[in-house]
Amino acid sequence: MLGWELPPHNSGGLGVACYHLCKALSKKSVDIEFVLPYHAPFEEDFMTVTAAHPQGAKIVLANSAAYDSYKYVFEDGHEEWVDIIGQQHAFEHAVARIASEREFDVIHAHDWLTFRAALRAKQARDVPLILHVHSIERDRAGGEDGNPVVREIEASSMQLADRVIAVSQLTKNAIVKEYDIPAEKIEVVHNSVDHESFLELDSNNAYRYLTAMKAQGYRVVSNVGRLTIQKGLPNLLRAAREVIFRAPKTLFLIVGSGEQYFELIELAAELGISQNVIFTGFQRGKNWRDTFAISDLFVMPSVSEPFGIAPLEAIGFGSPTLVSKQSGVSEVLHNSLKVDFWDVAEMANQITAVVQNDALRDDLQTNAKNELGRMSWDSAADKLFSVYQQHIFQGAAA
Amino acid sequence: MSKAIVLYMHVHQPYRVRHYTIFDAGSNHDYFDAPYHDRTSNEQILHKVAEKSYIPTNKRLLGLLNTHPEFKLSLSITGTVLEQLEKWSPKALSSFQELTATGRVEIVAETYHHSLAFFYSRPEFEMQVDMHRRKVQELFGQTPQVFRNTELAYNNDLAYWADKAGYKGILAEGWDKVLHWREPNFVYQPTYTDNIKLLLKNYKLSDDIAFRFGNQNWSEWPLTADKFAGWLNDSGDATNFNLFMDYETFGEHQWHETGIFDFLDHLPREWLKTEGNSFMTVSEVIDSFPPVDRVDVPQTTTWADTERDLSAWLGNNMQLSAINAVYDLQDAILDTHDLVLIDDWRKLQTSDHFYYMCTKYFNDGDIHAYFSPYENPYEAFTAYMNAYHDLKFRLLEKGVAV
Repeated sequence: MLGWELPPHNSGGLGVACYHLCKALSKKSVDIEFVLPYHAPFEEDFMTVTAAHPQGAKIVLANSAAYDSYKYVFEDGHEEWVDIIGQQHAFEHAVARIASEREFDVIHAHDWLTFRAALRAKQARDVPLILHVHSIERDRAGGEDGNPVVREIEASSMQLADRVIAVSQLTKNAIVKEYDIPAEKIEVVHNSVDHESFLELDSNNAYRYLTAMKAQGYRVVSNVGRLTIQKGLPNLLRAAREVIFRAPKTLFLIVGSGEQYFELIELAAELGISQNVIFTGFQRGKNWRDTFAISDLFVMPSVSEPFGIAPLEAIGFGSPTLVSKQSGVSEVLHNSLKVDFWDVAEMANQITAVVQNDALRDDLQTNAKNELGRMSWDSAADKLFSVYQQHIFQGAAA
Repeated sequence: MSKAIVLYMHVHQPYRVRHYTIFDAGSNHDYFDAPYHDRTSNEQILHKVAEKSYIPTNKRLLGLLNTHPEFKLSLSITGTVLEQLEKWSPKALSSFQELTATGRVEIVAETYHHSLAFFYSRPEFEMQVDMHRRKVQELFGQTPQVFRNTELAYNNDLAYWADKAGYKGILAEGWDKVLHWREPNFVYQPTYTDNIKLLLKNYKLSDDIAFRFGNQNWSEWPLTADKFAGWLNDSGDATNFNLFMDYETFGEHQWHETGIFDFLDHLPREWLKTEGNSFMTVSEVIDSFPPVDRVDVPQTTTWADTERDLSAWLGNNMQLSAINAVYDLQDAILDTHDLVLIDDWRKLQTSDHFYYMCTKYFNDGDIHAYFSPYENPYEAFTAYMNAYHDLKFRLLEKGVAV
């Protein structure tokens, strides 16, 4: 399996999804070698993690988040900084070398950064190639075409792949539309959640101020995620103004950082709602969990969200949700409010309904929690396993 | 013809808000207590400015006062910096007291908290002016007669208020758009007032010292005391040259290495060489010369930026949101009679907080950035708003609905 990140060295949901998929697959006796572009200690035994370094590189230092630059330290002592394209090329060559030295039955690669390497591995060993699409370039570019080089990599790799996995029907449709890949070649495998993580919640919430305000009748509406164009936060703030006008005791909690951070702070001020909108910056661990726990409603207003795990996490930690219809998660989550990302009036309407009606909030949460309890990574692993079997069987028959 | 230099320097330090998060709100109320080595540490900054500016400058000023019986100056010192001096640099505080003890250093009135309260709450504004007067009486044994508002923010309404409040004079920026063809080098009177006089800053001459002095690309660099005195002597019809500037010009904005202290050392001797030249405090110049004309300022002027308006403090939506948030709490806060809470609320009124949120020239990394202890205006805004939320938490604890 080829990936770009794994927890704890992950910048987003991709690494987390890979981790849980592999863990669930390992229960089906799938023997996984997970190849990463950097070296990181991996202490669990359900799979082997290998670092694919450029030849001669002794140490690869990832600059904290996976999408930043890397530093290669070579055996002769010289150092090289590389950008994301450079990393991708280095990874490609290293994977080609590893592929020629190993035995494996199937190649399973996650997202465009690993696709060229996956093609090289396919060249080295003619085994089935499965590409797992967590997002396409148009999603990441907020609905624009995006980088033509990346589009080309996505298009040509998917043409050559034996099978494509999409994290949602939404993503499957997008792949068909953007890259003319035949629909029957694409299998939808939805993500899921890890229920163990929900046990870490404790009763002493980190937001003491919000706890006190809630006791005074205030209600808290939150969003957690990167503050980037595809997440649709400006519409949430515009809806927030309408909500606050009708329900002044509503506080909005925006957790995360990203290129829109400053712009959103300014927008809240411009809308005249700064007293009700709290920006916390990026949070992890307890503060992150407690954001969901303190919320009366979690809103994911994404313009485009191939899957979107955050609402499932929100439910697990105790918050009902409102998700945009333009998200993959809305295909599997029934007990959630749903709205078109562009429909600010309806978004405001639904948020207002929840903050003014605790019974609605509580029923939504109880039912969502029950629904969540029936989700697991095992069903994703079942589907993947049968895809593996089909292709390995076909390969053997051919 | 007699001509006077009216040297007036403004001393101020705010209580900066530390990196205060929403997770602090409701738990810690120590907005102003950054760790000592943090950029927002008020104690550290006060120590630095006392060593680099207050103590060496006062030493020279005292020397000049002792050497030249004609040398005089005026100071305004905010309540917030006086408190900090009492706590963290009694030595610097007593150096100011030694200056006023000569009887030739006049203290100018202003708001205790260096606030923009005049534009948001008249009762609060008057309270802060009163607090400042009492603090000055306590520490310097004099009662201010001349008023200056924060950032030299001035308009007809303020002049009217100061006139009714009994001040003999008020200070403002000598901005071309209010003076038109007139020179700032005279005593004026605000429109619609009975007694009060108006002193207008000669910003060209003041900025030659405060901003341009150390700039080696300036065509007049290096500026010497005799050259400067020569300009004043040659400037034709004038009674008073109002040189108004931040006190920290000496040693902080203009470092010791620029020669700014030598300039200060030599200025009285060079200026007093000419018969009829003198130094006057702000009260003295008002008592000495009748007003030559009335000046009408319907719109607010300040001494900042090329706009000379309040846009450095109230120019963007974050600044307006923040200042409105803090004044919205006024009645609830004052009704608690909790002196600690009221004091923290007042410290959040200091204009510097809003200045740190200025985005006007954010991309240029200019003078605004130089004076800000924050990474960017957004960080300043977020920390401030979190402190605001904590004020609300404290009100809730007291059973006040917010």
